[in-house]
Amino acid sequence: MTASGAEAALFWVLAPLMVLAALGLLFARKAVHAAVCVMFVMVGLAILYVAQEAPFLGVVQVVVYTGAVMMLFLFVLMLVGVDAADSLTETIKGQRWAGVLLGLGLAVVLLGVVAQATFPPAVGLAEAEELTNPVALARVLLGDYVLAMEVVGVLLVTAALAGLVLTHRRRLSVRPTQRVLAAARVAGIEEGRSLTPLPAPGVYAQNNAMDTPALGPDGQPLPHSVPRVLRIRGQERSATAVLAEEETLVQRDDLRLIGVGPSSGRTAEPAGEGPEGPAGPTGSAGEDEDSDGEVR
Amino acid sequence: MIPGVAADFSNDWLWVSLIKAVLIVVFLLTSVLFAIWFERKVVARMQVRPGPNWHGPFGLLQSLADAMKLLLKEDVSVTRADRVVYLLAPMISVFCALLVFAVIPFGPEVTIPFTDYTTPAQLTDFPVAVLYVLACASMGVYGIVLGGWSSGSTYPLLGSVRSTAQVISYELAMGLSLVSVFIMAGSMSTSQIVASQTSIWWFLPLLPAFVVYVISMIGETNRLPFDLPEAEGELVSGYMTEYSSMKFAWFFLAEYINMLNVSAVATTLFLGGWRAPWPLSAINDGMFNTGWWPVLWFLAKLWLVMFVFVWVRGTLLRLRYDQFMSFGWKVLIPVALVWIVVLSVFQYLGLAGVTRTQLITGVAVAAVVVIAALWLWPDRRPAAEKAGSGPPGGGSRGAREFDAFADGFPVPPLPGQALPPSPRARRHVPQASEVPSASAAPASDRSEETR
Repeated sequence: MTASGAEAALFWVLAPLMVLAALGLLFARKAVHAAVCVMFVMVGLAILYVAQEAPFLGVVQVVVYTGAVMMLFLFVLMLVGVDAADSLTETIKGQRWAGVLLGLGLAVVLLGVVAQATFPPAVGLAEAEELTNPVALARVLLGDYVLAMEVVGVLLVTAALAGLVLTHRRRLSVRPTQRVLAAARVAGIEEGRSLTPLPAPGVYAQNNAMDTPALGPDGQPLPHSVPRVLRIRGQERSATAVLAEEETLVQRDDLRLIGVGPSSGRTAEPAGEGPEGPAGPTGSAGEDEDSDGEVR
Repeated sequence: MIPGVAADFSNDWLWVSLIKAVLIVVFLLTSVLFAIWFERKVVARMQVRPGPNWHGPFGLLQSLADAMKLLLKEDVSVTRADRVVYLLAPMISVFCALLVFAVIPFGPEVTIPFTDYTTPAQLTDFPVAVLYVLACASMGVYGIVLGGWSSGSTYPLLGSVRSTAQVISYELAMGLSLVSVFIMAGSMSTSQIVASQTSIWWFLPLLPAFVVYVISMIGETNRLPFDLPEAEGELVSGYMTEYSSMKFAWFFLAEYINMLNVSAVATTLFLGGWRAPWPLSAINDGMFNTGWWPVLWFLAKLWLVMFVFVWVRGTLLRLRYDQFMSFGWKVLIPVALVWIVVLSVFQYLGLAGVTRTQLITGVAVAAVVVIAALWLWPDRRPAAEKAGSGPPGGGSRGAREFDAFADGFPVPPLPGQALPPSPRARRHVPQASEVPSASAAPASDRSEETR
C-alpha cells in the first residue's frame, strides 16, 4: 500500500480520533452523545474517502448518512425522549458474558484476517476514472449494474410504501375546517364558554405568578384567569391580598398606615368577591394612582 | 489540473490557498455585518421608517456596535444544559456555514495587481463541488438540532424538532432542483457550471427548478415566511432561546452566512455566476467577462438574491407548521420530480437526434392540445347551481336574504347581502329617505373579502 505523506498524516491524525469516537458510541450514557459520536465517525470516514480519490462517495456519505439517516435517528431520539438512559439489567440470563465471548471471537477472526491481508498496488484506477470520478461511477452503476440498481430502487420504494401503510390511520370523522371550528366556538357562548382565549393571570408589581387572578376592566378579579387546576386545589391567591401587600410596601416610606398587615398571600378566598380596596378610602390620592398604574 | 473542472488550480501553492481562505472568511464576516444593516434598512424602508441611521454614515456601523455588545455580554449557561453539546452546537453551525464559500467562483482567472501571477478567483473546486455544498448545509442543521436539545428546555427542543423535519424535507426539494442544472451543465463542479452558462443562464430554461430552488433556499435557511424553528410568536426564539452572548452571536452569524451561501449558490448555478449580464457581456468582445470585472457582477447578483430574501421577509407572513410541511411534501417535491422527468425526456430526445426546432414545435402542439382540452372540458357543475349555492352560514334560506341571527348567533352580512337600514340612522338624520343605500353595502363587503 502506498500513500503520499500528506495522506498518511491525515490518516494517522483522523483514524485515532475516529476510534475514540467509535468507543464513545459504545460507552456514552446519553443517546444524543452516542449520536454525536457516530456523526463524527461518519464525517471522518467521508474525509478519508475523499483523500482516497473517491470524492463522490465521500460527499454522498455526508449528504445521505450524516445529513439524512443520522438526522432521522436524532429526530426519533428526540421524539421518544432523549433523556431515557439505558437500563443495565440483564433481560436474558448470562447475556453479558455471551456478548463478551462472541465479541472476543469476532475480534480474533478480524485480527486474523487483517494481519494476513496484503495490499498490492491498485490497478486500473486511472483508466476507470478517465472522465472524472462521478462520471465513471455513473457508467458503472447505470450501465453495468443498472438492473441491480433498479431492483434496489423498487425495494426501497416498496419499503417506504409499507412504512406509510403501516403507520397510516384512517380518519374516523370529517376533518373540521376553520369555519366549523369558529361556528362551534360561537355556539358555545350560550353554554358559558368564552369566544376569546381566556384572560392571562394578573401581573402586579410584586407578583406575576399563575396563581393570581387578573383584574377585569371593572376592577373585579377574573377567577377564570387562574388555571382551573389551581382553583380546584385551592391554591389560588386573592388579588386583594396581593394588592394589600403592595400597599404595605408603599406605606413604608410615609408612615400613614392603613391597617392592612402583610397578610399571607396563599388564601383560598372565593373568587369574584371583589377587591376590598385597601387603598380606596384610607389611602391618600397619590398612592391610589400608584396602585392603579401597577394593576392596569 | 483536476479533470472535469474548468478552473485551473495547478499554479496554486499552499500559501495561495491560505490567503484565499483568509480572504473568504474576511469577506463573509464583513458581508454579514453589511447584511444585517442591509436587511434592517430595507425592511425599514418597506415599512416607511428610516431604520438604523445613527451610528456611522447611513447607520452602517450599527451592526458593528451590536456585535460588540454581544461580545461583551455575560455568557449565561443554563443549569440544565448539557455543557459539551451546548458549546458544540454553535460551533458546528458556524463551521459548516463557513465551508461553503470554498467552492464558489467569484470570477475567472484573475491577475494579482503589480505581478503577472494568475489564479482562479476561487479557493478550490472538484467534480462534486455542488454536492459538497449540500453536505455542508446538511451538517449545519446539527448545530440547530443539538443546540435545541442541549438547552434542556421545552421551546428550544420544539424548535429543533421542527427544524429537523423542515430541513430534511426542504433539502430534498433543493437537491432535486439542483439536479436539473446538473443534467443541463453535465457537471457538478461550480466552475464548469458557470462555464456552461456562456450562451444562456440556466434560470431561464430551467425556470421551474429555479422557482423550487428559491422557495426551498428560504426554507433551508429558516427565514420568514419559513422561520418556524424560531417562530417568535410560538417558541420565544426556538432553538436559540437559551443562548446568550457569543454563543448566540455564533448562531446569528451562521444564519446570515447561510443566507449568503444559498444566495451564492443560486447565483452560480442559475444566474450565470460571475458572467456579465447580457448587454454588457456583448461590449468590446466580452471585455466585462475578464479580469476583475466578474467579481463585481457576482457580488451584484449575490446582493440581488439577498434583496429577494429581505423583500420576502418584509412581505409575507409566517406559515402555519402543517401548511408548511404539506407544501414541502405535496407541492415542492412532486413539482421538482416531475420537472426532472420532463427535462430528462427532453435531453434523451435531444441525444436521440431530435432537433431543437422539432422539439419546440412538439411542445407548442402539445400545449395547444392541452389548453384546448381544458377550454372544451365540460364544467362539473351547471352554472345556475354555482350561482345559487351559498356558503353554509347562509343556510337554506337563500343568500340574498340577510338574517342577522343565522344559526342562532349574530353575524355580519355575507357577500351579496345588504344590511337593513339602521333604526338609529333615522334618529340622527331627519329625512327618512337618507338611509344607507343598498348598493354601498355589497361594495364594502367585497373590499372586506379581498383584504
